[in-house]
Amino acid sequence: MYKLLMVKYGELGLKGKNKSLFINKLVKNIQRSLADLPERQVTSTWGRILIPVYGEGDMADTLERVKRVFGIYSISPALEVEKDMEAIGAGAVQVLKDALPQGGSFKIETRRSDKTFPLTSPEISQQVAAFVFRNVGEEYVAQMQNPDKIIQVEVRNEGAYIYGENIPGAKGMPVGCGGKAVVMLSGGIDSPVAGWMAMKRGVTVEGVHFHSYPFTSERAKEKVIDLCKEWSKWSGNKIILHVVYFTNIQKAIRANCPEEYGITIMRRMMFRLAERIAHQRGALAIYTGESVGQVASQTLESMYTINNVTNMPVLRPLVGMDKEEIMEIARKIDTYDISIRPYEDCCTIFLPPHPKIRPRLEAAKEMEAKLDIEGLIDEALEKTEILYLQQED
Amino acid sequence: MKSLMIDKTEQMIYLDNSATTQVYPEAAKVAIDVMREMYGNPSSLHGVGIQAEKILTVARQQVAALVGCKREEIFFTGCGTESNNWALKGIADAYGVRGKHMITTAIEHPSILETMKYLQQKGWEVDFIAPDEQGIVSAEAVIEKVRQDTVLVSMMFVNNETGAIQPIEAVGKGVKAKNPQTFFHVDGVQAVGKLPIQVNRLPIDLLSGSGHKIHGPKGVGFLYVAKGVRLIPLLAGGGQEQGWRSGTENVPGIAAMGIAAEKTCKALKEKQEQMAAVRHGFIAALQEKIPDCRINSPQEKKGAWHIVNASFPGVPSEVLLHYLEDAGIYISAGSACSARKKQHSHVMRAQGLTEEALASAVRFSFSFDTTAEELTYTAEQVAEVVREVRSFR
Repeated sequence: MYKLLMVKYGELGLKGKNKSLFINKLVKNIQRSLADLPERQVTSTWGRILIPVYGEGDMADTLERVKRVFGIYSISPALEVEKDMEAIGAGAVQVLKDALPQGGSFKIETRRSDKTFPLTSPEISQQVAAFVFRNVGEEYVAQMQNPDKIIQVEVRNEGAYIYGENIPGAKGMPVGCGGKAVVMLSGGIDSPVAGWMAMKRGVTVEGVHFHSYPFTSERAKEKVIDLCKEWSKWSGNKIILHVVYFTNIQKAIRANCPEEYGITIMRRMMFRLAERIAHQRGALAIYTGESVGQVASQTLESMYTINNVTNMPVLRPLVGMDKEEIMEIARKIDTYDISIRPYEDCCTIFLPPHPKIRPRLEAAKEMEAKLDIEGLIDEALEKTEILYLQQED
Repeated sequence: MKSLMIDKTEQMIYLDNSATTQVYPEAAKVAIDVMREMYGNPSSLHGVGIQAEKILTVARQQVAALVGCKREEIFFTGCGTESNNWALKGIADAYGVRGKHMITTAIEHPSILETMKYLQQKGWEVDFIAPDEQGIVSAEAVIEKVRQDTVLVSMMFVNNETGAIQPIEAVGKGVKAKNPQTFFHVDGVQAVGKLPIQVNRLPIDLLSGSGHKIHGPKGVGFLYVAKGVRLIPLLAGGGQEQGWRSGTENVPGIAAMGIAAEKTCKALKEKQEQMAAVRHGFIAALQEKIPDCRINSPQEKKGAWHIVNASFPGVPSEVLLHYLEDAGIYISAGSACSARKKQHSHVMRAQGLTEEALASAVRFSFSFDTTAEELTYTAEQVAEVVREVRSFR
């Protein structure tokens, strides 16, 4: 019965030019997330975005996509009717019966942005409620306090809209209005969540994965590819993944550096590579899934020593979270089941039995001195594979 | 499909024949011919159906000849796993009134172990007999467990991971001597076509086999059921296979398995001796080049000619696998390269291997087409990889 979805966005704190940028981006992202569905025109009018839908199947498909577009506060399947009290009343009856098929208590709320409409908002609410009351059975009662359903009526310039549902949106900011960043993506549970949180704040992300074949399997890479495809459902666009050739760096560290500093130096190399890729790609920050204290490389001492190789902002959106909280988000965004596949991005050979928990910066620098850092990085970048990934279905 | 093709076919050395084998060209051709030209349903009354039925009869004879039984004793199934499930559950259902006890070994294929666990949940008591350090289960240990209420003993002929040949004849005789009512099932998936089997001359009541392990197609297997043994069907329906296994027969697959059985039968007679020598030579080459390698398969006549399992301490199995893959050699790993999860082989764990040996166990498995030259090259490559990987330690 519903012919459109009415989208409300969180515009709090947005003013002037930023606001129109935000809205244009949001409309574009919605349009793009629906690209493979039947064609339609998404329009924005004062404070709302309207998405036409064609029937129930299309409604479900559209809703599924729109729920994943960042920058949306809520989504309501809505009826569009003539700006005529009779028509609005009849529409309200329809929406009420759909929202509460067994009957229950209801309330009508109105917003009138079309100031030429002859009635005020409270007057509209009263008249619509009266109309509804006359046209439904006694299983429906009007109730001002805590009704089962609030039927909302909006009288706008382009028409009158009626809806009874506010489906929560993904919140956040539209992807693309927050600049670009690279995300270090291991394939574990944390980094996909970190990337998702970057996108949630409007950041366009590109993944960077370090691949050490034949020490790690092709399946570890496939895992990361699948994670990027999940990301693409949230970005509404292809995700670029850089698969960095890391094998020789691993070997060189193993051959030249003391075992206990192996991980510290490996991470320093990873950040150098991520920074180089960020520069190439016009990205302005590096995101990681690190959280303080999780593993040896995530103590503050380790972070200090590792972070020292770059001046670029290293953003760690999970830093204050517990593992359970991270896992909860991972499940919600469908990356958890991919992350727990048993293939890992680092072979046991390169994992020292006793990694340094408090590595010192000076020591790390000294131990790296034997490495041809520039040469290794150039080789790794030259052999980096760039993939453009999108969910196929 | 194209992107899934591996372009290494030319110099490829395929040593994973225990996982699956390449279909004989004659077998593939027969499958296509049957699909295109003789596509009738064997249950149809018209000529096309009768033609299909005749194809089944020929294939049944070919398979019967390979294992040495009468044609009527072969029942076609969908795979080795189905044959194993059916043998165990079918006997349990048919003869559960005699008792609720079964015996098997700790080194069986999961299709036996998991079915036994299922039967345990259904109230059956099951003994799992451990092997010795060579991976061979002692006949005495099995026979000792036979009781008045033992309904079935199930034992594999050749272990799929190590190639250890189990004392089938001794177990069968001993079991029957102690309790003539106890049935003896043999999982022959890794033995059929590899060892000469005359099932009618052995104290075996049921024998499972699979098409794709003998250069036939996937999706087709068989179960030998000695005359006089009754099984409750797994699949109820249209009454195909004398009412023992309903479901329209996979005529192209069965026809191809028949041809594969016939060709395998011939190859076995001609090449078995020669292949034993090839295997022996490979083991000797590995031991010579990598003196501290551990051969996990039994030597000489106690091991089947087509499987060599070995551990190379310090080299995680998956790393060796990928290195060899790069050299065009395809093998199988005993465990995944995982730092967190220890998913080592239950077979070799039962054999008492150390963690180190378990983590580095790989399986090389041959076909009649495997040559001594290929294995000499493989041994050289293995030695090279072992040297390189150990240099990182």
